[in-house]
Amino acid sequence: MSLEVDVGHRLGTFHLDARFTAPPGLTALFGRSGSGKTSLVNIVAGLIEPQRGRVIVDGQTLVDTDAAAFVPAHRRRVGYVFQDSRLFPHFSVRQNLLYGRWFARGSGGASGDLASVVDLLGLAALLDRHPDSLSGGEKQRVAIGRALLARPRLVLMDEPLASLDEARRGEIMPYLERLRDRAGVPILYVSHSVSEVARLATTVVILAEGKVAAVGPVADILPLAEAGDGGSVLDAVVARHDEPFQLSVLSSAAGELTVPRLSTPVGARVRAYIRSRDVMLSLKPPQDISALNVLSGTVAAITPNGAQADIRLDCNGAALLARITSKSVERLALAPGKPVHAVVKSVSFERT
Amino acid sequence: MTEEEWTAVRLSLLVAITATAASLPFGIAVAWLLARGRFWGKSLLDTFVHLPLIMPPVVTGYLLLILFGRRGPIGEVLDQVFGIVLSFRWTGAALACAVMGFPLMVRAIRLSIEAVDTRLESAAGTLGAAPLWVFATVTLPLCLPGVIAGAILCFAKSMGEFGATITFVSNIPGETQTLPSAIYTLTQVPGGDPGALRLTLISVVISMAALLGSELLARRIGARRMAT
Repeated sequence: MSLEVDVGHRLGTFHLDARFTAPPGLTALFGRSGSGKTSLVNIVAGLIEPQRGRVIVDGQTLVDTDAAAFVPAHRRRVGYVFQDSRLFPHFSVRQNLLYGRWFARGSGGASGDLASVVDLLGLAALLDRHPDSLSGGEKQRVAIGRALLARPRLVLMDEPLASLDEARRGEIMPYLERLRDRAGVPILYVSHSVSEVARLATTVVILAEGKVAAVGPVADILPLAEAGDGGSVLDAVVARHDEPFQLSVLSSAAGELTVPRLSTPVGARVRAYIRSRDVMLSLKPPQDISALNVLSGTVAAITPNGAQADIRLDCNGAALLARITSKSVERLALAPGKPVHAVVKSVSFERT
Repeated sequence: MTEEEWTAVRLSLLVAITATAASLPFGIAVAWLLARGRFWGKSLLDTFVHLPLIMPPVVTGYLLLILFGRRGPIGEVLDQVFGIVLSFRWTGAALACAVMGFPLMVRAIRLSIEAVDTRLESAAGTLGAAPLWVFATVTLPLCLPGVIAGAILCFAKSMGEFGATITFVSNIPGETQTLPSAIYTLTQVPGGDPGALRLTLISVVISMAALLGSELLARRIGARRMAT
């Protein structure tokens, strides 16, 4: 199962010209607002007919301007979760959920069962309510369920968490992870949040001014994202818990990381995200400091960025990004190949 | 109330209900075209639909007479092919009322369709609903209050239509003499005033009942939608 996109479309002065292939799993379309993410998703959904190019899902051509082929939106079987949930106000939650399934009846596809979707998204208590009485987070969960029940071959999510506050995001994220891991339907996920992408994505497509700037696995691509604060992703396993101090120790390729106590059991895989501005560099092994996490590695590359510089470290094969001032680069005489110690001030991490 | 007066009331109700029911599907279709369609000549269609509202009713009636009379280009075809005769029949009165009420009906429905969020319609499309299904399951239920308002406006207009009706189908008791024509006739004869007053009161009661009924219906739809 894969998604192949190669399209060109002009909207006023904006020119979208994007080409990428998404493997199975969750592919994040990542970029600033106005970079063309939503237009691209609307083209895949069939809500916009591109002026040039083609979209192929699972070997079936949805659009091919050269062959004058265009499958209308209602025949694409693409589940679309909109930023503004777009539930039907005149239907109950149950009717909303079953709307797409009714049209998809008779066709094969994943996740057709109401009970399992209700269970996956925790909707049992909402079924007989009307959309007006739901909170933002509940609405989005219903919208996700409605898209899944239409037996989609591909799920599109356009910033499904953008209109929600932090607490509601935290409420939905686990459902999205379960969806990615269990439903077996590939997901194209639009976001401009690094933490969302780091937590959810398998593959990242970075979009800038209508063009694809980079494509690849999340750990390789996310550090390249210039979204204000870059960062790096480390895959790790929970090694042990330190109960007296309420801490957990993670082991990763780059070394051990000590973080506030996680609720996940020992042995669970987690994905740690380290913002580059939370990393300090030291030439000697630092002693008598409060930070718990010190990783050693060598400088792989230095990218000057105004008064700052992004330092890419190779920590035993894992990449770690540090953002320090240009003055520090000169003072420490940093150059590729030089061994350094990275002091990590804070780690955000997510279960995978 | 004389038998003749009752006949006028019954005939008026028949004409108004027929005119409203027969024009409603067309009204919804034209309102949808004007609200959502993108085609050449849309403003021309808009103007054409509004013509009966801005032209003198007598002019509309006379045009109907020319087009739908037995010798008229459309009336002749209807007569010879389908055996339908409109001129000087109650069906002709219903046609005149439908034409006069059509702009009011289309306007109300069009406004309510325009108020329906197109994003909900495209969401329905991505869920597999073909355009006609989107209309039937999303657009129509959401604009139903406007459809009811449009139907009531058309009904009320039909109950009071005078100029076009009397020009097109004349004023034949028992066939084309609706309430307004009957009232007009009664005011033209000595001693007709009490009868005219009775019919006027009936006319006021029917109009108010129609308005109240539509309010109640719209409120019930709104209440059902709010219910959890």
